[in-house]
Amino acid sequence: MLNGESHSTPAPLTVLELLQRCELAKRRVAVAINAVVVPKSRFAEVLIRDGDKVEVIQAVGGGA
Amino acid sequence: MNASYRIGELELQSRLIVGSGKYKSFEENRKALDASGAQMITVAVRRIDLSSREHGSLLDWIPPDQFHILPNTAGCTTAKEAVTTAQLARELLDTKLVKLEVIGDTRTLFPDTTATLEAARILVADGFTVLPYITDDPVACMRLEEIGCAAVMPLGAPIGSGLGIRNPANIRIILESVSCPVIVDAGVGTASDAAIAMELGCTAVLMNTGIASAKDPLKMAHAMKLAVEAGRAAYEAGRMPRRLHAQASSPESGLVDLS
Repeated sequence: MLNGESHSTPAPLTVLELLQRCELAKRRVAVAINAVVVPKSRFAEVLIRDGDKVEVIQAVGGGA
Repeated sequence: MNASYRIGELELQSRLIVGSGKYKSFEENRKALDASGAQMITVAVRRIDLSSREHGSLLDWIPPDQFHILPNTAGCTTAKEAVTTAQLARELLDTKLVKLEVIGDTRTLFPDTTATLEAARILVADGFTVLPYITDDPVACMRLEEIGCAAVMPLGAPIGSGLGIRNPANIRIILESVSCPVIVDAGVGTASDAAIAMELGCTAVLMNTGIASAKDPLKMAHAMKLAVEAGRAAYEAGRMPRRLHAQASSPESGLVDLS
């Protein structure tokens, strides 16, 4: 699950590969898998497993 | 010129902190920010839209190397959600700052005090500079300070209501009860509301809708800048005592006989 939508890939992806596929590798984003934050420094090594809930977030306008 | 003050490790001059929601465009947001003179601006963290790639981002207009970005946990209703959101924001923005909000009721947007205390405890232990949104409850503010929050942010009135400082007496009691910065967060609708908060002795005022939903947000941003500065200066000057009866300010002797 990626941002609430179901996706399937032929092979397991790392977080970095996922972001590259979505053309987000150069954007300022943060990632959580199953509600646990993945540090940027580990994007290239952390593998997304079948059934994982992935959240890719950015900063947006907001006050409270 | 008002003297600087501290929030955690930050030294700030502007006592106006603004939000980044409800603007018509990033450009309008940036212009209002400049007109407000604010050095700190809150942002929310939300899912990125995966279907559209290029529509710019807020941080292109409000660069983190020029402003202190204060991520919020708006929309969170549990301590766990708020903690994870703060941790995501720290990864995203390389900041220890967090405007902690744990909403207890989605209709009124009043905070869940118990969950806010729980989340604050976890975030302080995790090294965050925690600025919690809280009701104007002096005891809750005392507990948040004891936990180690860098400031307390009691509401003046419900978020987005523009009703002003509904309970100035409580804000005064909070100011007497804690030694950390007190920042009125939410409720400020117009310049006089901001001035009242500052005249009470608050360290700063945080607002979003009061500026963004004004007919002319840029002009209101400027008005809020002046109001916060004026209110602070009046607080430092010390107001005259209130009197029930008149007291002439011209000499009572030497009156000219014109009868």
